[in-house]
Amino acid sequence: MDASQQTDSKSSSPRRKGATAEEMSEKQREISVSEFFAKNRHLLGFDNPRKALMTTVKEAVDNALDACEEACILPHIYIELLQRSETRFKVTIRDNGPGIVRKQIENIFGRLLYGSKFHRLKMSRGQQGIGISAAGMYGLMTTGQPVLIISKTHKKKPAVEVLLKMDTSKNRADVVSEIEHPEDDGLFPDGHGTQVSIELEGRYQQGRQSVDEYLDQTAIANPHAHFTYVNPSNETIEFKRGTNELPPEATEILPHPKGIELGTLIQMIERTERTQIGGFLQEEFSRVSPSVSKDICDRAGITGRTWVKQIGHKEAEAIYKAIQDARIMAPPTDCLVPIGTKALLSGLLKEVKAEFFTACTRPADVYRGNPFLIEVGLAFGGELPKDELIRVIRFANRVPLLYQQAACASFKAVLETSWKNYGVSQSRGSLPDGPVVVMVHMASVWVPFTSESKEAIADYDEIRKEMKLALQEVGRKLGMYLRRRQRMRNEGERRSIFERYIGEIAQATEAITGTPAKQIYESLLRVAKRKTEEADAVLNDEGKRVRDADPFGKDDSVVILPARVVVTQSGSEDESEDDSDKDSDKDSDKDGGSKQSSSSGSKTLFGDEEAPSKKPGKKSSRKKA
Amino acid sequence: MAKKSKSADPSTPASTPASTPVKVNRSVSNQATREKTLGKILDLGKAVAKSALAETDPFVDVPSRTMSNTTYNEVRKLLQMGDATLRRNLFNTGQARKFMQMVLLSKGCKDLLQAQKTLSLRGMYYMSLHTIAGTKEKTFDDQEESDGILEDIEVAIATLRENLHLFAKKRGTMVGNITVIDNGDSIDCRRMGTGGYAIPSICEPSVVQFGKCEAKFVLHVEKDTVWSRFNEDRFWEKHNCILTEGSGQPPRGVRRLLYRLNKELGLPVYCLLDCDPWGHYIYSVIKQGSINLAFESERMAIPDAKYLGIRSGDFVRCELSDDVKISLNDRDIERAKQIAEYPWFIKKKHWQKEIQLMIRNGFKMEVESLITKDISYVTETYVPERLKAKDWID
Repeated sequence: MDASQQTDSKSSSPRRKGATAEEMSEKQREISVSEFFAKNRHLLGFDNPRKALMTTVKEAVDNALDACEEACILPHIYIELLQRSETRFKVTIRDNGPGIVRKQIENIFGRLLYGSKFHRLKMSRGQQGIGISAAGMYGLMTTGQPVLIISKTHKKKPAVEVLLKMDTSKNRADVVSEIEHPEDDGLFPDGHGTQVSIELEGRYQQGRQSVDEYLDQTAIANPHAHFTYVNPSNETIEFKRGTNELPPEATEILPHPKGIELGTLIQMIERTERTQIGGFLQEEFSRVSPSVSKDICDRAGITGRTWVKQIGHKEAEAIYKAIQDARIMAPPTDCLVPIGTKALLSGLLKEVKAEFFTACTRPADVYRGNPFLIEVGLAFGGELPKDELIRVIRFANRVPLLYQQAACASFKAVLETSWKNYGVSQSRGSLPDGPVVVMVHMASVWVPFTSESKEAIADYDEIRKEMKLALQEVGRKLGMYLRRRQRMRNEGERRSIFERYIGEIAQATEAITGTPAKQIYESLLRVAKRKTEEADAVLNDEGKRVRDADPFGKDDSVVILPARVVVTQSGSEDESEDDSDKDSDKDSDKDGGSKQSSSSGSKTLFGDEEAPSKKPGKKSSRKKA
Repeated sequence: MAKKSKSADPSTPASTPASTPVKVNRSVSNQATREKTLGKILDLGKAVAKSALAETDPFVDVPSRTMSNTTYNEVRKLLQMGDATLRRNLFNTGQARKFMQMVLLSKGCKDLLQAQKTLSLRGMYYMSLHTIAGTKEKTFDDQEESDGILEDIEVAIATLRENLHLFAKKRGTMVGNITVIDNGDSIDCRRMGTGGYAIPSICEPSVVQFGKCEAKFVLHVEKDTVWSRFNEDRFWEKHNCILTEGSGQPPRGVRRLLYRLNKELGLPVYCLLDCDPWGHYIYSVIKQGSINLAFESERMAIPDAKYLGIRSGDFVRCELSDDVKISLNDRDIERAKQIAEYPWFIKKKHWQKEIQLMIRNGFKMEVESLITKDISYVTETYVPERLKAKDWID
């Protein structure tokens, strides 16, 4: 049997004809990027209907914010979720941005990997040019409905309405219909803007990782933007501005030599218009001065005058190696635009109902040749839930990251911080628990995400270190606040203890000495008041929480920054007069640099707050809210 | 020595036989002492009032009653209190309540002194007990709290409980060849039946004076049961002595009385106590004073008191049965070692041997264990033999 089977298989094998190279070549053809992503939509954040809905809103809103900021327009973004059926939604996002010129509409909304942001090193929300076209493609695939785009670039020009249908095999879009809106239709009161509507299969559910959460967090990180959100129940929610000041325009930078890989270098050499290698290095990279250029060339065994055309693979490799060895200044960091402590606080203030707010912006640092900076905000107490793990909200270039928390460097940094030092309880290896919201923001010209769907920040040592330093800084301030609050509570209790016994003492003393009890009582009461007057201060301070009861308290809550500064200042008194300096010692033990950096950080913070520009704006918006 | 101390003490007007005193002295304390004590309380009150009116934090310095503030005076052979004090402030959360209680009880003592009456510690507790106005808090949680504060007052104003007209629960009994005059009533301790004379809590010369006394020594036993055995066997009559008991750790009244019998009448004091750390410490307290009341040692400690027994060696020497053994527990052993380390024991070879033997034996014995030999073995054989042979530990 065995033998026969063997012969069978042997005899059958020559009969089965293998494919020839020619035959195989017939099947070999280009896979369009769109096709690839159509099959791998989870890579872009369209894994399931609920996430698809959120991702669609997110991509459109991110684009809208980028466009508005680049055009120096205070964003006002309208988001509408129209529920067609149980699983079908029409998502409409309208902004007051500059609009899109007619001929680019197909490219922007119809092609994957088409965009302005991939080839430059500039801080922006979008990076790859995938998002919105992928959303359109997802909509088309799940509902067959084309994407509707209305764009108006100038108030005197008519708005253009285009219906686009993606052709995944060609990675471009076909125009289904195109009309001009002759009259002003009232969609764009500012005279310009873009509206995109995508119909897609999705699921709407509130709570974590929902459209609502995305918008909540976006509003925190973008206090200069106004969002009008109409949810599927047709309720309109306004996220008002916390500030009327646009973040400064981010500048574009040239790549830093140390952040370039060999392949990229070769590609740049092939594409450059420079003729000599010295010029190439100086003109196409940041921080390469003539002397640095010479140093690199010397190390690579070539001269600056070498023709670019003569650089082969071997020379390129030598240059690459020379770059790694050369001493080159860190990239410029003025290309980064932090949200800023002040704006962060105003964002937290308007969206988080907590009693204590603090924030910190770290100085810029560099990972893999890319400048970045970390900002952390923290809100404590108030209406935040007390018996739950603290909430970590993560941002990259002002975009909230809602998925894959555990894989994110910022989450790991929060885990690794010893919150116990700051009066927040934490079990080993888990998040601390308490009424705390921690917000971690990374701003960079290139945020290293772990995947294309931009859900988690990759765990570079430099990044995590900065995050931890920032967390320690806000943690320290929280610790001071908590200690102060505790001390004040103790004072309050003390006072009641003293007052309870003073009466007894006064009467007994009168019985012994004849000194009138009333006199003794009043004197002792004055001493008690003096000894516990801090408790009095607290009562006022804590009156802050009873906002409506006290007009001054109300004022405090409006401009909470000075209140927080008071905490910091008295915090420093704390440390001299109290045993609280034990804690701060612990901190500085852990990492020597943190203490100094924190103090310098709070200095800039005070400076910030003294700038008068933002206070009125925030105040008025707060009152509106 | 007895004569010397007798003549040296002028405060014993009743050294003349006073079976029928002409003038009955029933005052609780003499006026000078009372005035002095009242003055001290007034000073304490004035300090509080002054501090209050100056709007500062009132305080009372209370000498510390701990082992670390107790020194053994090798020359005088008694425990003395050191100079360490604890400052008790009103404006300190941990001390405010105690401060209040202190002022309150001071006032109570002042009222008591002015009324020329005495009260038990419990009575004083009730006198100062009330609910603090506007709260549900009582001035004292229990009598223990008040007792502790009263001791604080004693040391803080450097007086004695007796001078504050306070007494503890009566404990301790006496019988023997002596007549005492207690608050004017002369009591013949030879005719006390089975019950004996209950030793009062306050045995100051102003209250208790000694009358006629034939006794040659004092035998102090640990507790009432043993005392009854001796009394029934008329031991004091046969051996011409005074028989006392202190219901365990003798209260101040008993200690004061023993001291006065020793000091004023020159009677040597022999102790018959259980063979366990507790019994050893009773002896230690009688001999050189207690750590807690080190300030009173001078008027209570009897440095030449002798320890008759029971001793660890008695198990073999008296051929006792195994049934009388009571195993030492860990706490006993720990306490025994602690006692052996006390400076007033550490240099005494006999005591070191005694304690070591007890630990080595691994058991303790009560005085009653001697009853297993014979009902009256302890009164007819044990004690007389020891006394005759002068077989005791010092």
